[in-house]
Formats: sequence, structure tokens, C-alpha cells
Amino acid sequence: MNPHLFAQARRKRSIRLIMLFALLLMIGFIISLNTGRYSIAPYEIWQTLIGEGSKKQNIVLFDLRLPRMIIAVLMGAGLAVSGAVLQGISRNGLSDPGILGINSGAGLAVLLFVSFYPTAQVAPPFFMPFLALIGAGVTAAIIYMLSYKKGHGISPTRLLLTGIAVGAGFSSASIILTLQLNPRNLEFVVTWQMGSLWGSNWEFVLALLPWIVILLPIVYWKARVLNMLSLNEQLASSLGVSINKERLILITAAVGLAASSVAIGGGIGFVGLLGPHIARRLVGPQHQYMLPITAGVGALLVLAGDTIGRSLMEHTEVPAGVVISLLGGPYFIYLLMRSGR
Amino acid sequence: MTLLKTLPHHTPLRTRPWAATVIICAGLFLIVIGIGASIVTGVANITFGTVWNSIVAYDAQNDHHVIIRELRMPRALAGALVGAAFAVAGAIMQGMTRNPIADTGLLGINAGAGFVLVLVFAFVPWLPFKYIILFSFIGAGLGALLVYGIAFMSRGGLSPLKLVLAGAVVGSLITGLSQALTLLFQINYDLAFWTAGGISTAEWFQVSVMLPWIVGGLLVAMLISRSITILSLGEDVAAGLGQRTGLIKGIGTFVVMILAGASVSTVGGVGFIGLIIPHLARFLVGVDYRWIIPCSAILGGALVVYADMGAKLIALPYETPLGSIIAVIGVPFFLYLARKERRELS
Repeated sequence: MNPHLFAQARRKRSIRLIMLFALLLMIGFIISLNTGRYSIAPYEIWQTLIGEGSKKQNIVLFDLRLPRMIIAVLMGAGLAVSGAVLQGISRNGLSDPGILGINSGAGLAVLLFVSFYPTAQVAPPFFMPFLALIGAGVTAAIIYMLSYKKGHGISPTRLLLTGIAVGAGFSSASIILTLQLNPRNLEFVVTWQMGSLWGSNWEFVLALLPWIVILLPIVYWKARVLNMLSLNEQLASSLGVSINKERLILITAAVGLAASSVAIGGGIGFVGLLGPHIARRLVGPQHQYMLPITAGVGALLVLAGDTIGRSLMEHTEVPAGVVISLLGGPYFIYLLMRSGR
Repeated sequence: MTLLKTLPHHTPLRTRPWAATVIICAGLFLIVIGIGASIVTGVANITFGTVWNSIVAYDAQNDHHVIIRELRMPRALAGALVGAAFAVAGAIMQGMTRNPIADTGLLGINAGAGFVLVLVFAFVPWLPFKYIILFSFIGAGLGALLVYGIAFMSRGGLSPLKLVLAGAVVGSLITGLSQALTLLFQINYDLAFWTAGGISTAEWFQVSVMLPWIVGGLLVAMLISRSITILSLGEDVAAGLGQRTGLIKGIGTFVVMILAGASVSTVGGVGFIGLIIPHLARFLVGVDYRWIIPCSAILGGALVVYADMGAKLIALPYETPLGSIIAVIGVPFFLYLARKERRELS
């Protein structure tokens, strides 16, 4: 097959897959709207959506489930694309905002706020992503500086090890802070850290939406740069890419996506790992095809994780983060076992 | 040993028994001083005279005497014990796997023990401690089995990076599960301090159950220390010298399980001790594990005794988690190891 045809076939395939994922997301949405302690049949959902539901149905649907699901979709897409960018830049398939410690940096910043202003109870949602962004940005800068070695650049090995070390440091710092919280705030923080979407409302949606809507297109727009960076830095620079600038833009976008998602939805790990890997399996490594699928896979994952977590137990819910790490952990281990040295 | 000299290794292949003797003597002295200081200091202001009286003329009616005897003494002793245990467990793992980044905390062993303990607290909270500790061993063993299993089965063998990554993931997986369980069974607040690592809750009955296990573990570690030195030169070398590598590795892993499990059951998952101390010991006394292991035990004990005093005093009257205090030293050290030559790590 000649290369042109090959590219065309691949484009067609990715468009079909994007449509498939949109369909799957819609189905997932309907299933998720259905599940919960108060179950609503599909036709009742429809009735409620067009404004003919009972008061209880209205509250459950519009105030409780819908915002939560939208957040699940948004943050899933955000985390997965963030992981794709980090994997591309570090040329390491095991990178993920969770493993690199970026999530814990974001979490620490939010935790610092909660413990210094305990009366604010829960920080105003619009403010949280900014806080988290500062934390995550500082973390990313620390990790980047510590794993940079003059004359060697950044080795993927050192990047991962540094990320793990910094993450370990931050989590012990957050333990100190957590212990000083009063029991009510403690429960909020613990649940939030585990990535529970419980308590999401429209304000949260509005706080997260702009970040995702702005940053996802930026990353997509840089897809070709990402292709080159993920191949070889020297090659990229000889092709006229100003590496440092582009890398900075991309890292900032990745950090912003991860930070805003973590600030609103809590520390859900492994999405940034699984999303890109599954997408790469489906459409290959080229970012212009792979990024939209990554976003779709991520969104579907978090939505499914949240729905499963909500329906597993009768009286309480398992946080989405736990459900996803139960799926994602083994997958990571599988990747680890397959990867070479 | 001409063979030793021809083998590449990052530390000079020398042993310094005199340095080791000095460290052991000075370390023991430091531990005794530390335990004494730890008993004298604390939230309640107790004079030295009262402390002395509580030892020689114990009066069960006197609150201060009770604090000294029932709270501070077991705590100080437990600190020395778990410090030694975590450090020696780390030393054994580093020697057996020739991996500079090995630690029961980093490699998911503490998390495994912690998970089984959460299960015990959730389902059989009435179980006496001497049985709980057995479950903790099982948990530590499971954690070790998982991480090493993953690393052994993976393509390209077990590089330090892979071990650490596997440890991090298994650790976060198991911790997530434990957290979910604590939420489900509403035992969150009781376990919060415990997962952070702290000796403040150590009591005599725990010390007395833990003591024989840890002392036994340390003795066995000493017995196999020579074989670990040979293993640390490489498996081929060890086999060539007539070592039964499988047997030694089995015993070593078992010792790690006992030492880590016993410690975690009393103080929770305190990491980094097993990472820092063996490196320090190796730096000071050379590459012979016959000296590294006892020195690690002494230095680890001293580290935890003093760190725990810090945990008590830094934010009086509140306890600071011991794990966090040690992480303040441990994380930079880990970063330093990560920055060292790439050849060693990948």
C-alpha cells in the first residue's frame, strides 16, 4: 500500500473510532444516569430532560447526577490527554501525571489551603484549579530541574524515579496536614484524595469546563510537534521545531489539564496511563489521530469507574479513583512486565 | 581475595572492621542515651528524679510513674527495635537483589502488611496482638511476592527502576484498597495516625510480642550475612563459589518478611529507613554484609529513637507522624540516588 493511501485509511479509521466513542459515551451517559440509589427508567430520564419529570426526579437528575457525570467526562479527558502529552515528551510509555507526582503536588496545594483556612470549609470551586495549578506547576518544575543533568538532558529513568521520590515526599507532607484537620474536613479530604466525585455540582462543572475547553484544543493543535518530540529531539530541532519553547507550552498544558482535573475531581490515577495506551493500540502513535481517542477513552474510563463505584455497594459508594486504580494498576504492571529494561 | 578486586562495584571493595566496631560501640551508646532522653522528654513535664524513682521505686498510684513505665518506656524501646528491623530488612534486600533502591516502604512490603492489618481490623478486631502480628507477616510476604514476582516475570529482568515502579504501583494499589476498606467500615480515624507511621501507641504487650520476632530475625540475618555478601557480588559468582543461592534468597526474603511485618504491625508503614541506613553503613564500613548488617541495625535503631523524639517534640503537644519526619531525610536521599549515574539504575 502506498503511504498516502495508508494515511488516508488511518484517518478514516480514526474518524470511525471517534464516532464509535461518541456513541459509547452517550450509552455510558444513559446507563450512568440510570444507576444510583434512586433508579430512573430511560423513558423517565427523557421525560425529565424535556421538563416533565417529578420534583424528585428533577433534583436527582439535574442537581446530583448530571453535574457529576459531566465532571467525570471532563476530567477523564483532561487526565488522559495530560498523560499522552507527558508520555510523548518524556518518550516513556510509563509516564502519567499520577506516577510523576504532579497529581500529589496539586493535591498538596489544595490541602494546604483547606488546612490554613479551615473555616472556608471547602475552597470556592473556581479558585481550586488555580491553587492546584500552582502546586502542580511547582512540582513539575522541581521534577524537571532535579532530573535534568547537564550534557545528558533528561533521561526517562531519572524522570520517573525523581517523580516517585517527589511524590513520596509530598504525600508524607500531606499526611502531616491531614492529621491536623478536624474530623469533618478530614473526611472530605480523604474522600477527595481518593478521587470521589461525590458532592459535585454545577459550580464545579463551570470551574473545570474552561480549563478543558481551552487546553485540549491547544494540545491538539500541537499534535504534529508532539509527534516530532516523541520521536527524537535532535530530529525535531533539525526539522525546525524550537524544542524548548514547544516543550514548555506542552508541559504547561499537560500540567494545567491534570491540575484542574485533580482540583475538582480528586486524585484519580492511571487514567493518564491507560487512555493513551489504549488509544495507541487503536489508531497508532500519531498524535493527531490518537489524542481525540485518548480523550474519549479517558472520559469513558472515569464515567464507568464512577458509575461502577456508585452501584457496587448499597449504603455507600466506592470512590471512582479506587475503582480505576483496581483496573489501571494491573494494566500498568502488565506494561511494566512487557517493557524492556 | 583477588576475585573481589576484579569485580566492578561502585564502592571500594574494602571492609573496615575497626570502623564497624567503632560504629557499633558508639551507636549503642547513642541509642542508650537516646532512649534515656526519650523517656525524660514528652508532653508531661516530668523531672529526672521522678523518672529515676519510677524505675527503682515504682508507684502505680503516681500518674507520672505510670506515664514513664507504660507509655514512654515501651515507646522508646519499640523505636530502637523497629529502626533496627527496617534497616536490616533494607540491607538484606539491597544485598540480595544488588539493587541500590530497595526499601520495604518503596517496594510495597509495608503496604502489603498494612493492607492485611486493615482487613484484620475490619473483620476480626477482637483478635489478640500475638495473632495480628502473624497476619502482618503474611501481608508483608504478599507485598514482597507481588513486587518481586512482577519484576522477575518481566522482560529484560529486574532493573532497579522496574522494581521501584512495581513497588510504587503495588503500593498505591494496595493503599487504595486499604483506604476504601477503612471508608467502608468506618475505621478511618483510628487508622489515620497508624498509616502515617508513629510509635506513640506502642505498649508493652506489643513490644513483648514483637521483640522475639525481631531479635530472631536479626540473628538469622547475621547468620546469612556472609552468604549475602557473596550474593551481592552477583548470582553467577555466588553460584560459582558454591552458594545455594535459592536457599539463601528464600531465607533472606523470609527474614525481610518477619522484620517488616513485625515493625509495621506496631508502628505502621514507615519508609526510607531501609533505604538510607544500609547505604550509610556501606559507606562507612565497606561492602561486607557481616559488618553492614549489625551496623545497619544499630544505626537504624538510633535513627528511629531520635526521629521519634523529634516526632514528640516538634509540635508539642501534638504528635508529628514519624514517617513524615524520616521522609524529610529519606526523600532527598532518594533523589540523590536517582541522580547518580544512570548505568547503575537502569
